[in-house]
Amino acid sequence: MADKRTTEAEIVAELKDGMTIGFGGWGARRKPMSVVRAILRSPIKDLTVVSWGGPDVGLLCAAGKVRKLVYAFVSLDSIPLEPHFRLARQSGSVEAMELDEGMFYWGLYAAGLRLPFMPNRAGLGSDVMRVNPGLKTVRSPYLDGEELVAVPALNLDVAFVHMNRADVRGNGQFLGPDPYFDELFLMAAKRRFMTCERIVRTEDFSREGSFHTLKINRMLVDGVVAAPNGAHFTSCAPDYPRDEAFLGHYAASAGSPQAWSDFRRIYLDVEEADYQRLVARR
Amino acid sequence: MSAARRADACVIACAEIYRGNGEILANPTVGTIPYIGARLARATFEPDLVITDGEAMLVTNDQAVGANNGHANVVEGWLPFRLTFDVVWAGRRHVVMGASQVGRNGDTNISSIGPFEKPSAQLLGPRGAPGNTVNHLTSYWVPNHSLRVFVEKVDFVSGVGPASAARLGGKPAAYNDIRFVISDLCMIDFKGESACARLVAVHPGVTVDEVRERTGFPLQGGQSITTTREPTPAEMSLIEQLDPSGLRYREVSA
Repeated sequence: MADKRTTEAEIVAELKDGMTIGFGGWGARRKPMSVVRAILRSPIKDLTVVSWGGPDVGLLCAAGKVRKLVYAFVSLDSIPLEPHFRLARQSGSVEAMELDEGMFYWGLYAAGLRLPFMPNRAGLGSDVMRVNPGLKTVRSPYLDGEELVAVPALNLDVAFVHMNRADVRGNGQFLGPDPYFDELFLMAAKRRFMTCERIVRTEDFSREGSFHTLKINRMLVDGVVAAPNGAHFTSCAPDYPRDEAFLGHYAASAGSPQAWSDFRRIYLDVEEADYQRLVARR
Repeated sequence: MSAARRADACVIACAEIYRGNGEILANPTVGTIPYIGARLARATFEPDLVITDGEAMLVTNDQAVGANNGHANVVEGWLPFRLTFDVVWAGRRHVVMGASQVGRNGDTNISSIGPFEKPSAQLLGPRGAPGNTVNHLTSYWVPNHSLRVFVEKVDFVSGVGPASAARLGGKPAAYNDIRFVISDLCMIDFKGESACARLVAVHPGVTVDEVRERTGFPLQGGQSITTTREPTPAEMSLIEQLDPSGLRYREVSA
């Protein structure tokens, strides 16, 4: 029986400059933030980041790790516009592939199913087609002959998700209201990693939630990391809500280069254990 | 009971948009007033509307705005984000989105202002607007009617307007159905000449001239312009129940 336990440091050591990486979660909800923080401490750069964007995107942009972003939105939820993402875009420092949400979903799904594209209507008539000149349309081969957008597969080198519970073999359990699209990120990636609030014995999953919550099966996962409070400062319902005060502090760090450099020095240029001690004391 | 103010007429407008919609997902995605409006519509003339708790649950009870407590919800169904696309692409939804720009032709923008490669203001990104607008009923809520929002032509088309959809033809044109833009001043539709913006109604206390002064393109609509109706006493009492702390007056203060 494979024991897939590993650490953020080991995972990040596998990453290479220029890779395409995907982050599960949604906005400022259940993001694999301990992995984001580990990437921030590493020398990795020129990443293409694929995400339902939240502070994962903002932090990686602010730290200069991103060459290209693939997204339908980037938001902190309670603060609608992500300030670090905005600065990066407005300075022209990152390339952007803006997609409709349904296209983004379909692109991940196409990658997971090993298809080159998935057809859909979203995008037609919008500037998503103008700013992504690489997007093509296809015509239905049936009598209707409808023209549809061929959403290209969003193939990932590596995917990261954060779950409420997992076992050492790589089964994962979400306990909040929404599984988001985490399994699609894992399906779309060559290397797949899952952090979790707590590793439990397989037989204990049923004490935590019904079998419907076992959304991630071990065929989708190469490595499991125990990362308590690892989604901080995003939400990880029902284990903890979003840390709104810290989120506000993070957003304010986009206010000036000095504010960012202070934020970075205090909270990011430290090991995860120190970060967790610092935020527990706030 | 307090006297109705402008915000209450806005609630009525944000309820009236669902009239005749039947059993579909009434889905305000922004704003306090659209939240109240959808629930008011369901509590009165559209009892079969399906409404979410703002996250993944379909709820039958109407909690006061701002006091959403997951444990007190009566859940009738589960609609996580991924399944929302089943509803969107099947066309069983009336969404109310925000818009940073509304063009004369009904195109809207929540993505970015200025050149895409280096925007002067990066906003949210297109979200689901491109797909929503070629699949199901769409309305918009603009709490700050201004020349900056209502522009001749949007910088980035995230929401597809009726004229742009008509150019596509086929299913996108058939499914595109932009109902109304509700602002803090008025109701606009795109049923004017060349599918361009037309002033349908001004809210009580607002003049047509005021709307025209704060709109960056000529609005159609002459004799047909009406005034948004005021809430009935029964509706006003429901509005008070849905928003006992008066959050709607923070969104529209007039």
